[in-house]
Amino acid sequence: MRFSDEFEARFAEMLTHYPTRRSALVPTLLYAQDEVGFMSDEVVAELAQRLDLTELEVRNVISYYSMLTTKPRGKYNVQVCTNIACMLRGGEELFNHCRKRLGIGHKGTTQDGLFSLEEVECIGACSWAPAVQVNYDFHENLTNGKMEQILDECKKKLND
Amino acid sequence: MATLVSHPDEVRVISKRFGQGATDIDRYLQLDGYKAVQKALAMQPDAIINEVKNSGLRGRGGAGFSTGMKWSFVPKQSAKPKYVLCNGDESEPGTCKDRLIFEHDPHSVIEGVMIAALAVGSHTGYIYIRGEYRYLSVIMQKAIKDAYAKGFLGKNIFGGGYDLDIYWHGGAGAYEVGEESALMESLEGKRGIPRIRPPFPAVVGLWGGPTVINNAETLAAVPHIVLGGADWYAKLGTPKNGGTRLFCLAGNLNKPGVYELPMGYNLKKMIYEVGGGIPHGRSLKAVVPGGSSTPVLLPEEIDISMDFDSVAKAGSMLGSGGVVVLDDTACVVKFALRTMKFYRHESCGWCIPCREGTDWLEKTLTRFHAGAGTKKDIDNIYYLAENMLGKTFCPLGDAAAMPTMAFVKKFRKEFEDHLEGKPCPFEPQSSVEQLPLLA
Repeated sequence: MRFSDEFEARFAEMLTHYPTRRSALVPTLLYAQDEVGFMSDEVVAELAQRLDLTELEVRNVISYYSMLTTKPRGKYNVQVCTNIACMLRGGEELFNHCRKRLGIGHKGTTQDGLFSLEEVECIGACSWAPAVQVNYDFHENLTNGKMEQILDECKKKLND
Repeated sequence: MATLVSHPDEVRVISKRFGQGATDIDRYLQLDGYKAVQKALAMQPDAIINEVKNSGLRGRGGAGFSTGMKWSFVPKQSAKPKYVLCNGDESEPGTCKDRLIFEHDPHSVIEGVMIAALAVGSHTGYIYIRGEYRYLSVIMQKAIKDAYAKGFLGKNIFGGGYDLDIYWHGGAGAYEVGEESALMESLEGKRGIPRIRPPFPAVVGLWGGPTVINNAETLAAVPHIVLGGADWYAKLGTPKNGGTRLFCLAGNLNKPGVYELPMGYNLKKMIYEVGGGIPHGRSLKAVVPGGSSTPVLLPEEIDISMDFDSVAKAGSMLGSGGVVVLDDTACVVKFALRTMKFYRHESCGWCIPCREGTDWLEKTLTRFHAGAGTKKDIDNIYYLAENMLGKTFCPLGDAAAMPTMAFVKKFRKEFEDHLEGKPCPFEPQSSVEQLPLLA
């Protein structure tokens, strides 16, 4: 299967970093997911073959890491932190607001495939709580109003 | 991206290049970058280790173990290659400091890894960054590339006859991987299941080779120690607790933020002066002094010096530097529940006391907070937590147990206020919302 040139270059280089091939697995899985959208059977088979592992060994690793998913997500994965520091500053309200606005719950995806929602554990933004990650982008010191703007901008970006 | 703050009491060592454009290698060089590693190249390995020992630098990941001492455990001769591993899997709730170091001063981490490698005779280092911090991984990949381009890494670094390679590595979402043995498993391409110790990583680590594992903040402090001298660094802090550290002030504060303060700074002053006190004229209820796994402190217990030994004496831990402040509107039972929900989510399931303990505790606390608790539950929560302590391969079980026991011990009255079908006194609505879940 085909990944981007950037992926291939990074992968080839990464293999030179470690004494064993399988060591490249965890970061490679995440970069592959970024391109394909989820850990499809095809990706699992491909990476298992490239790293001299069985598919079972790859799946065993995938199930451990919370960022990896075997189900497709929306184009924008809205990850709302509700852990202690965010909770004290309105993280739960923010999560509920997103639930209502998007009409989906934890790990749900909107019908148009645009948004997924996830209640996540600490993302390392405690001093700027409450915080949300949309895909890899951090949004901090949020209010429901600011959250609305972020979601609107996501929609707009897609229409442009 | 994260907003920077400042306070006159700050002593800027690790954060001195924050906001100075030091991700650019030339700018880093202008700001005394890569001078310390050149100095270290001319030193004997034991001299570097002694310097770090004498500086009083202790592990900033949370354990507070002497960094120099840790390095000295690595055998001089080894049939297998030795490694240095930087732990940048920052995930302890309340902690957001390594993020700033990677964002503003990635080369200081690289330089710290280099010096550690010289000290223990390693030729390979890895910098592990959590998967959520993708933008920091991009910054680090570029920083490493730039260092290679200048000849600071690779063969014969700085013409000193020493070969040294440093690579980045990324996670994919797992708190437990921040534990040193699980971190190595993850780097080896496996599930982050902890290893039994002994043998300790200093003897048998990555791929069986002796391995030094230090937190990113610890390593970022090393170049400053080598350049400024152990005495200077030690004197910034208190005896046995050298230097400064990044404190992440979070929760119900007027001015939350990451501040670099001397070790031993007073916690009360940190909350009321540096953090600007409690907003909306409310009063202080409790403080979690060092990340979610550290036992809570009451308002009358916070007039203490924030160093590893003093906080331990007060019955808690300095931990990872995440100071989470709760005001009088926060429900402690709910806070305990949210903390437990986190540990249940992150428990890898390898050790039964942790896997079953966190699950039962979350269930019990959920029911309890929703108003369906019985008096017996309160002791049961304590008992369950107590029975996880010290019974697991890695400290995740302890991390879940310690705060829970402290919540029950110090806030028993608040647990009792939730009894007999009474809704949560702090937020009746959310209790009602939760009740149907229990049917």
